[in-house]
Amino acid sequence: MTVDSIRADLLAKKTSAEEIAREALRFAEAENPKTNAYLTFAPERALAAARAVDQKIAAGEEPGPLAGVPIAIKDVILTRGLRTTCASRMLETYIPPYDATAVIRIEQAGGVIIGKTNCDEFAMGSSNENSAFGPVRNPVALDRVPGGSSGGSAAVIAQGTAVLSLGSDTGGSIRQPASFCGVTGVTPTYGRVSRYGLTAFASSLDHIGPFSRTVRDSARLLQVMAGRDQMDSTSAVAPVPDYVAELNGNIRGMKIGVPKEFFDGLASDTGDVIQAAIQTLQKLGCEIREIRLPHTPYAVGCYYIICTAEASSNLARYDGVRYTRRSEAAGTLQEMYRKTRDEGFGAECKRRIMLGTYVLSAGYYDAYYLKAQKVRALVARDYAQAFGQVDAIVGPVSPHPAFKLGEKVDDPTSMYLSDIYTVTGDLAGIPCMSVPGGKTPDGLPVGLQILANHFNETTMFRVADAFEQVSSD
Amino acid sequence: MKITEQEVRRVAELANLALTEDEIVRMTQDMDGILSHIDKLSELDTTNVEPMSQVLYDAEETATLRADVERKPLGNADALANAPVSGQGYFKVPLVIEK
Repeated sequence: MTVDSIRADLLAKKTSAEEIAREALRFAEAENPKTNAYLTFAPERALAAARAVDQKIAAGEEPGPLAGVPIAIKDVILTRGLRTTCASRMLETYIPPYDATAVIRIEQAGGVIIGKTNCDEFAMGSSNENSAFGPVRNPVALDRVPGGSSGGSAAVIAQGTAVLSLGSDTGGSIRQPASFCGVTGVTPTYGRVSRYGLTAFASSLDHIGPFSRTVRDSARLLQVMAGRDQMDSTSAVAPVPDYVAELNGNIRGMKIGVPKEFFDGLASDTGDVIQAAIQTLQKLGCEIREIRLPHTPYAVGCYYIICTAEASSNLARYDGVRYTRRSEAAGTLQEMYRKTRDEGFGAECKRRIMLGTYVLSAGYYDAYYLKAQKVRALVARDYAQAFGQVDAIVGPVSPHPAFKLGEKVDDPTSMYLSDIYTVTGDLAGIPCMSVPGGKTPDGLPVGLQILANHFNETTMFRVADAFEQVSSD
Repeated sequence: MKITEQEVRRVAELANLALTEDEIVRMTQDMDGILSHIDKLSELDTTNVEPMSQVLYDAEETATLRADVERKPLGNADALANAPVSGQGYFKVPLVIEK
């Protein structure tokens, strides 16, 4: 099922949105024990939204661009009246008093939200093993991780238990799980989609973005969410083009950059898939150019200073006063803060809060945070120079395909280093996505990353769509 | 070592985290690992580089300001709905100042 096929079936009265929603909920609940991808189902909300679509169709009104489409939402994105846990013990019973702007726009477009997806706690992780409610399993290989932090949102697409889903990306949390699960995942330009109602992790890096089976479906979902929102002062005023209308399949003559630095430390099974994908683009008439992004080796260090610093500030609000959880053991105010936070946060959150507090502490600010902001400017400058020569950039998403559950949990530094090819796009704030690139000899999916200049989602989607047309199995 | 257990204890106090002895030991190792990698940044000369504190685009100064009109706030009941302890329209916390 795709957005277009659902729309066609609804308008032809072959089925109803309510029937689609009931079947989607039934199938998702039945399949969920295999992967643990959903944390919460929303049958009442889904059926109400579906009936509203059916009424519009019956009345001959336009039912909206996402009419009747079953959609899953990452559990760091607020849904009014529907539990939103951030996959943390801290927010196990939190019921948001308002909807995220992205959620409002999806429902106004006729989308049917069927549930909330599992993820790494507060979106911190690259394997989905940091969820307080158990890891997600990769539907492609159940003994492997789905990637993270939006592991559940990638898994529901691969499993076929939602047609679209929303994830969030701060350092690769949409593209890496999309790559590991063999689906499409998009990180739009920073500010393209409002962050209002996205639980803040690292505010200067956080994005909301779509997952889907096809490039076209991701373009349709982004279309609905993109655009200025008064509730987020960092949301961009730039006009939103018609993404789907621009998917003309023609990328002949397009200049595609391949950064030399994205092939250092790459596993050979992944590298072979990426090289074959680059040859495919060449056959489609693209001009392939080797480019340099010389500050790439510094990006992981830069990223983990900035994201942990911002996280340590953003997570200060979970102090036992406002957000559901307070330690039973608390006597004094100080004890209440400390014990609530110690009991509520998992190991990875504590690690990042600690690192962030350290790099911002007196005497270290210049050496770490200020230095990282300067290196961030250099990473962004690398891209600005590259986009003077090429229209889009392609490369791998992750140095390796999905690994086994438990394989890397004891080595956080090595887990952080595997974010090398995704963090640079977030630091620069440019749009980037993962589209299925092929499979390793072991049958594991490998994503092809496509990056474009600020607000040039159109070019990125056009490359991804043309590639998808010739590479679909 | 980039960081000592003593420093980790100090940072835990700043961050309002009550870490156990085992957590302190483990945290020291983990922070040392990532801080050692972060050291790589000192290879770069950034003397004349402006820090990038936000992703900004060309727009008029007032482009991101909303119209100054009244908006309905969240409301007291909704704001308190997730409070672990509340009363008389307020969040309640343990006694801070003795009479």
